[in-house]
Amino acid sequence: MIDPHALWTRPAPWLAMAVLGLPVAAGLGAVIAPAFGWLPALGGTSPTLAHWQALWETPGLVDMVRLSAVTGLASAGLSLAIVMLFLGAFLHTRLFGVVRRLLSPLLAVPHAAAAIGLAFLFTPSGLAARLVSPWPSGWEYPPDYLFPGDPDGLALIIGLTIKEVPFLLLMSLAALPQCRAGERLDVARGLGYRPMAAFLKAVLPGLYPLLRLPVYAVIAFATSAVDVALILGPTTPPPLSVAVLRWLNDPDLTMRFMASAGALLQLGVTLAALLVWWTLEGLTARACRGWLSDGRRAFGDTALRWTGLGLLGAALVLIIGSLIGLMLWSLAGYWPFPEALPWPWIADNWLGALDGLAAPLEHAAEVGLAATLVSLGLVLGALEAESRRTRPVRRWSEWLLYLPLLVPPVAFLFGLVLIQTQLGLAPGIAAVIGAHVVFVLPYVFLSLAESHRRLDPRWTQLARSLGASPSRVFWRVRLPLLTAPLLTAAAVGFAVSIGQYLPTLLLGAGRVATITTEAVSLASGGDRRLTAVYALLQLLLPAAGFALALGLPRLLFRHRIGLVSPS
Amino acid sequence: MPLLPRRAARALSLAVLALVAGTAQGYALDDWSTVTDEAAGQTVYFAAWGGDADVNGYLDWVSAQMQQRYDVGVVHVKLGDTAEAVSRVLAEKAAGNADHGAIDLVWLNGENFAAMKENGLLYGPFATRLPHYALTAPESHPEVSHDFTLPTEGYESPWGKAQLTFYYDSARVDTPPRDMNALLDWAQAHPGRFTYPLPPDFLGSSFLKQALLGLVDDREPLYHPVGEADFDAVTAPLWDYLDRLHPYLWREGRTFPASGSALRQLMGDGELSLALTFTPSAPAAAVADHQLPPTTRSYLLDGGTLGNVHFVAIPFNASHKAGALVLANFLLAPEAQARKQALDGWGDATVLAMERLDASQRAAFETPDDNPTRLPAGALGKTLAEPHPSWMARLESAWQARYGAR
Repeated sequence: MIDPHALWTRPAPWLAMAVLGLPVAAGLGAVIAPAFGWLPALGGTSPTLAHWQALWETPGLVDMVRLSAVTGLASAGLSLAIVMLFLGAFLHTRLFGVVRRLLSPLLAVPHAAAAIGLAFLFTPSGLAARLVSPWPSGWEYPPDYLFPGDPDGLALIIGLTIKEVPFLLLMSLAALPQCRAGERLDVARGLGYRPMAAFLKAVLPGLYPLLRLPVYAVIAFATSAVDVALILGPTTPPPLSVAVLRWLNDPDLTMRFMASAGALLQLGVTLAALLVWWTLEGLTARACRGWLSDGRRAFGDTALRWTGLGLLGAALVLIIGSLIGLMLWSLAGYWPFPEALPWPWIADNWLGALDGLAAPLEHAAEVGLAATLVSLGLVLGALEAESRRTRPVRRWSEWLLYLPLLVPPVAFLFGLVLIQTQLGLAPGIAAVIGAHVVFVLPYVFLSLAESHRRLDPRWTQLARSLGASPSRVFWRVRLPLLTAPLLTAAAVGFAVSIGQYLPTLLLGAGRVATITTEAVSLASGGDRRLTAVYALLQLLLPAAGFALALGLPRLLFRHRIGLVSPS
Repeated sequence: MPLLPRRAARALSLAVLALVAGTAQGYALDDWSTVTDEAAGQTVYFAAWGGDADVNGYLDWVSAQMQQRYDVGVVHVKLGDTAEAVSRVLAEKAAGNADHGAIDLVWLNGENFAAMKENGLLYGPFATRLPHYALTAPESHPEVSHDFTLPTEGYESPWGKAQLTFYYDSARVDTPPRDMNALLDWAQAHPGRFTYPLPPDFLGSSFLKQALLGLVDDREPLYHPVGEADFDAVTAPLWDYLDRLHPYLWREGRTFPASGSALRQLMGDGELSLALTFTPSAPAAAVADHQLPPTTRSYLLDGGTLGNVHFVAIPFNASHKAGALVLANFLLAPEAQARKQALDGWGDATVLAMERLDASQRAAFETPDDNPTRLPAGALGKTLAEPHPSWMARLESAWQARYGAR
């Protein structure tokens, strides 16, 4: 008899590869071919390097590349440092629980909304300036300083960081039990290490490998982010990702050739940034080898503790401050500088939006649930198959997973529409779900993979030796052990799906209006009130997802507390 | 056993039949009733920028009317940028989809039209055969058949009119500048209170063209392809002007807002005192929406400002061409145009020629003129024609080279 477990896990890796491979190949092909002059629909029928030449001669190209790489690496490093310092200082305190509860709604804030909120905090006519005006600043009218949008991309780094900190913190929460953080910490503390030293020396070396994939995803996202960079980044010149989007959207269709070359360059910049990070990883590990085992029990514990708290606090304050700004705008009528609060408050913005909102919310939830379930099934199946054969998914196929995150979506999607048309898939909800899977699956994989791989194989061996079938082992032993990371992965996947704009629009061809397509098209009109209303509405679904992911294990396993938290 | 269950086989053959039937054009443009017959029961996907609640509301009304009058459903595909629709059509063409395109009608003008037409992405000619087209009096109003000086040749149907309009906060500005040199003086006296969107944003590039038209002695070369002129010599006054203007712009010209809507937001925040728009009614609508101070006033420059018409076009592979034709025609109906022009509708100026309408139709266009934010009646008229579209691309790249990367 064939074991049902094998029926599902055996084809899963191949299915996952096919689900990703075909679109990725089409997407990449649709970037590479025009970059070298091939796009017959626009009359490009002979290979040429002229478009690379044109790209090279673009004024400010070096600055664009530098901005993308530096802001991406800096924000990833900063957010990782914040999360690690905070974990080190507060892992076993009550504050940690508070922060964890704050986390779920914050993670759900769409990137663009967080950026708009942050921009409103700092801009010369923003909330901060209003609070000090006209007294004590003496500003009757907004001052004229260049922030956000500063040429060095500082505002962009802050904006990326405040969105990455909750993501990495959530990933750590899922990973901490897997690396037995609690036990490591107890042992180290028992040997007399101060809390921070115990965390950095005993827990971090086990935790970081579990966080590596999420960190790489953060770098990939941050070096190629478009929406955040559009709002917070400099404009003369902009980061490369923004420039590529501009070229792709240029009414002059021949610009698409150079835009494709730019998209490939963007891919190269992201890969280079990953390479730099990977090198730094190795150097750090080597440099710390002696330090890890030098036996020193304490070093700057108090200072590091306060730094961690201060940085995380600042990130939280900024993101909550941006949310408050958005909420104020959603209720504002005309709200001139320097009024710190809008008056009178009006409900028009909300009432106007609530009309006809049911369908977009429902579509978004349907697509999100379907894409998440499909991705979860494939990823879990692939990982189960891997654990049965006790060998990792091949390296190249793991890279395949990341390509949808690395190639700028605008360029990538052209290829997706191309194969949609060639396969004769009607635009509609099924096509949209398929496209969402391409972007959701990688995040589900990177959220789940390490936790799954670190699952102690002895549980399985023990259960098998007691006579349980592979299916039974999966359902009764492995699945319960994996509940927390599974739910986290599902919540992340669901949030990623809710946030998709271009795939929904292009593959649905307007047949599938979601809360996000409504929000983004309205945001292009620049009315901050409507943008705020929709950003807050957009937050609802993923916030519910994250709340479930964090709350459900506590409910399910109230008698098995070891499955829930590291403590 | 048959390969397919019978029911599935029948469904499949029906689908194939439907495919074949869909490809055959079941109407003749010369016989309008065949178009409306063919359109009945279709659903038209109208790709149009969705960034303005007023425009979206107007299209909801259009959709209800179309259903009621012609049994044609209209779905507004809300775009953040027209390029998204162009991308879709282009991908369909690249994949060989010649008659089952997902987009039936698209709102566009200028460069987007030029690019789509040049690459064979449009269906036509159709516009001149629409029954309501004659109401635009094309023979005496060439702007409805020319898009940025390019003859439309019936590949797009006029929908509305735009004109570059300046607006300012009268609580902060007594006398706004009325020509380009006055603008420079004003900016020097009020540093940081004026800017324009980052080219190649449509409005930003339009400001460059407006400035160029206002600064050159001889405008003639601007109405011919740029290749025929000495670009450096013709544009020298513009760069000289911008070099002097930029230090006095918002943020000293070190960064620029992304679009006209970002510009409006800066006006609403009080960062700017003077701004510009391509939709003459937009400042009034924005005051009504609480986005701009109630003291906002609009005006045109003394020598006139750039004006153009925006259009709707049908992609070459639209699935519901008959429905799209009926919709394009309805958008030109006096009733639809009057509602569009009304400030509580959308506020977009009509393309119809008043002399072609009867008295009762004309009456619908007359609005009480008591809104101080709006341009005075009759102010729209001193329109400067758009230069040849080839100038836009050259101006944009020259601007990028000078100011885009510093």
